[in-house]
Amino acid sequence: MDIFDKFKPTMARRSAVLAAGRNPFGLTVERVLSPTVGIIEGRETILVGTNNYLGLSFDPACIDAALQATKEDGTGTTGSRIANGSFGRHVRLEEAFRRFFGKGHAIVFSTGYQANLATIAGLAGEGDTILADSDSHASIWDGCRLAAAETVVFRHNDPDHLDRRLARLKDKGGAKLIVVEGLYSILGDTAPLKEFVAVKRRHPGSYLLVDEAHSFGVFGEKGRGVAEAEGVEDGVDFVVGTFSKSLAGIGGFAVSDHAGLELLRVASRPYMFTASPNPAAMASVTEALHQIERRPELRARIWANAKRLHDGLEQLGFTLAAPLSPVIAIRLPDEATAVRAWNLLIDAGVYVNLALPPGTPNGACLLRCSLSAAHEPDQIDEVLRRFETMRDRLEMQAAAE
Amino acid sequence: MTPTTNEDAIFEAVTGLLGRHRPAGAVVTPATELGADLNIDSVAAMDLIMEIEDHFEIDIPVNQVGDMRTVGDLAGLVRKEVAAKQG
Ligand SMILES: Cc1ncc(COP(=O)(O)O)c(C=O)c1O
Repeated sequence: MDIFDKFKPTMARRSAVLAAGRNPFGLTVERVLSPTVGIIEGRETILVGTNNYLGLSFDPACIDAALQATKEDGTGTTGSRIANGSFGRHVRLEEAFRRFFGKGHAIVFSTGYQANLATIAGLAGEGDTILADSDSHASIWDGCRLAAAETVVFRHNDPDHLDRRLARLKDKGGAKLIVVEGLYSILGDTAPLKEFVAVKRRHPGSYLLVDEAHSFGVFGEKGRGVAEAEGVEDGVDFVVGTFSKSLAGIGGFAVSDHAGLELLRVASRPYMFTASPNPAAMASVTEALHQIERRPELRARIWANAKRLHDGLEQLGFTLAAPLSPVIAIRLPDEATAVRAWNLLIDAGVYVNLALPPGTPNGACLLRCSLSAAHEPDQIDEVLRRFETMRDRLEMQAAAE
Repeated sequence: MTPTTNEDAIFEAVTGLLGRHRPAGAVVTPATELGADLNIDSVAAMDLIMEIEDHFEIDIPVNQVGDMRTVGDLAGLVRKEVAAKQG
């Protein structure tokens, strides 16, 4: 028995994708010149798939904060917070998150992935039930697997289905933890949080967790996410998020008004048994959080950029998966066409994400773009011209076959 | 209803719900593999499970779905949950 036998179907599919050009799952950006430009295969490439929503990865104040913190506190924490203790920076960043959200409790984690693992598996114990949206991110599914609770699934963005499932579970004891995302990362659609909150309120003993990984810093007047934009922050029990996108660092967080959140520090393995985030990340994220508070114009800019690309792609005749948001997914008819289109764009100096099943809902084959506040309107126009050329080449190739 | 007919009825209903995954002409048996024979990946499996849950008014926890390879396994899971619901 070869330990790698199980990967045969995966390898066959990977070979087919590689045969069509370069490896979309192993691309190297040789140098990063700015939040929106990198060097790929020696070519200057416009980056339109980074999740660097506010463009803060090169912000001078964030960089200075990270440098200063490294000089003061070193490169790593070399251990977990239960073993080595917390650094002042962890505590201060948690305070900053409490203030930013106006919530009583906040915890930072080493990544957003671990924030979901720690929060979901920590909260939902034996006898409880997790109700997860069917389009959930891998970190949510893995949190469910790690949890002692049972998980059931409801249809994506379908509050009525959630309502029926909760009704069916009413005689089962235990708490119910509903898990949804604010902005869905692949298609760029948002959750109807108002309706989800209303459903939650109809079922005593149920709690709502919203992963605002992609919506934090982007949605809502203050940048607190889709729950703020929908005016339902009071109805959301737990907000989870990441530092890896609009905050341009690495790490994750959870905030809540429930004092019980603090128990995760002594009861949740993905918090307890991994090294805490390093000083540089804490410091740049603390500064980035200030900037989200102080610079609402960043939000205005990313939405204007998103609209420019969204409208332009629609005019070029592309089929877009969702209404306007900073995540714009283009539907292509099949995997081969999507791979070809992605390669043509890289050839032309445009980087977007290639998203294929089973990583996408309903077998969709997508080119996924994410905008940044740091994109210049001229860059977006250039991206649109290159998309137009790609579209024409695809049509020519299709006609030739 | 004898247990046998009930089991048959559940298997029939489950195969009925396979819908678009059902290969034209081919016979679905309890040994038919969901992945290898019917091309049902993890995402498609979730949709199928939700249809089955709504049809039978039962809850099939996701962690049990992972152990399921064949249509027979799936029908077995449904049978267990239907029995649990009937007490
Ligand atoms: C919805 C969602 N949740 C969580 C994460 C995990 O965040 P991180 O990259 O910080 O691990 C991501 C993205 O990576 C995501 O898209």
